Amino acid sequence: MSTLNPARTAREYPARYRLEAARCEACGAVSFPARLVCPACRGRKFAAVTLAPEGKVLTWTVIHVGPPSHKHDVPYALAVIELGGGVRVTCQIADVDPAKVEAGMAVKLEFRRIQQDGEAGVIAYGHKAVPA
Amino acid sequence: MSVGIVGYGAYIPRRRIRLGEIAAVWGADAAAYERGLELHEKSVPGADEDTITMSVTAARRALARAGIDPLSIGAVYVGSESHPYAVKPSGTVVAEALGATPAVHCADLEFACKAGSEGMFIAAALVKSGEVTHALAVGADTSQGAPGDALEYSAAAGAAAYIFGAADLVATLDAQVSFMTDTPDFWRREYMHYPRHAGRFTGEPAYFKTTFGATRMLLEKTGLQPKDFAHAVFHQPNGKFPMRAGKQLGFTQEQLETGWLSPWLGNTYSGASPIGLTAVLDKARPGDRIFMVSYGSGAGSDGFVWTVTDRIDEVRDAAPRTRDQLDNGKMYITYGVYAKLRGKIRMGE
Repeated sequence: MSTLNPARTAREYPARYRLEAARCEACGAVSFPARLVCPACRGRKFAAVTLAPEGKVLTWTVIHVGPPSHKHDVPYALAVIELGGGVRVTCQIADVDPAKVEAGMAVKLEFRRIQQDGEAGVIAYGHKAVPA
Repeated sequence: MSVGIVGYGAYIPRRRIRLGEIAAVWGADAAAYERGLELHEKSVPGADEDTITMSVTAARRALARAGIDPLSIGAVYVGSESHPYAVKPSGTVVAEALGATPAVHCADLEFACKAGSEGMFIAAALVKSGEVTHALAVGADTSQGAPGDALEYSAAAGAAAYIFGAADLVATLDAQVSFMTDTPDFWRREYMHYPRHAGRFTGEPAYFKTTFGATRMLLEKTGLQPKDFAHAVFHQPNGKFPMRAGKQLGFTQEQLETGWLSPWLGNTYSGASPIGLTAVLDKARPGDRIFMVSYGSGAGSDGFVWTVTDRIDEVRDAAPRTRDQLDNGKMYITYGVYAKLRGKIRMGE
């Protein structure tokens, strides 16, 4: 059983629920999730931007032995998805036969259950990629 | 002031199970079920899909068609009998994911299969009163029938979302009525996993009486007749009931067919007639008049008359069409996988 901290879950809502990222006002680099310091130019001023959910599979692996929270999902594809503007996110690809995943495959991010704290605990929601 | 639908969206999960697959497990006559219920397969939610996730996707599609700022949404209502939490609203997650918080009124609704249309009724009335600029109503369910029960053949998953407003309408709401009596045809007690129902009592005295009641009320209120409508949508607990009810009320097969999804979708409960309406809006022409009556056990029906506007042609392709979701990208599963996904297998610690 996983243990999800409701306070931490709630703090992550902007990125997990709405795909909110931060664009550095100095160099324009987009960080997802948002950061305090720009990894490209060390700038500290950001504007909030929302990522468009369309992207493509950059690389992926197939998980056959998952962590306890995902043991019933196996086998599943875990991928790095490149969204518009070059922003990359790591997430599961849902609703697909993992053997059919290919690099360059068009996907879109969709709102899904990520994990839950047992039968009585909080449910964590976020985004997974699905075939476009 | 004219009030109506500004944007609409539907979500249907990709997984399907065929009726024959279910019937084979319980030694039932698959052909008799398919014929008797006019039902061939039903949608099944994945392990990572629930009423909240389907509501968010349907609502985002409604937002894409509406083209409005989510902060202008002043009310969010999610109607379902399968809210993931017993205590903690589904609507808060939906509103947060859309970016509609915090100046928003929110409530979860439950009235068996009519919780979705209930939200539409309230959302439209709130906009009409001038209290909010836009209001979102969602009908969504991932309902379950007990293993081997007749309901297991039809209980499906899906969602439809509607954003109501007073400007830039895709369909005006011309009239709405509600017909309600206390009718114990279907229920689920607290802490019970599966619902119970009163067998054949769910038909004539419940579904048909209530559907007919709301229909007559709506026709009387508007002074219209069945022939005045291009399309009609009724609650669809199976393939048979909505067709039979519609025809008995004087509607034709042609008027009923566009929104008749249940033979290949199953009963999406709170999503049923609302998803049917999305399929109609996907096809409707400006000026078309649409008749809609929901049904929820317990029992009640909400009835609506809509008239499609010119704007429909501009927004239709801003989100996936409903029939495309129903017909394409299907993933068929076995009863074993279905039992796992729906939590029907007793697990070890």
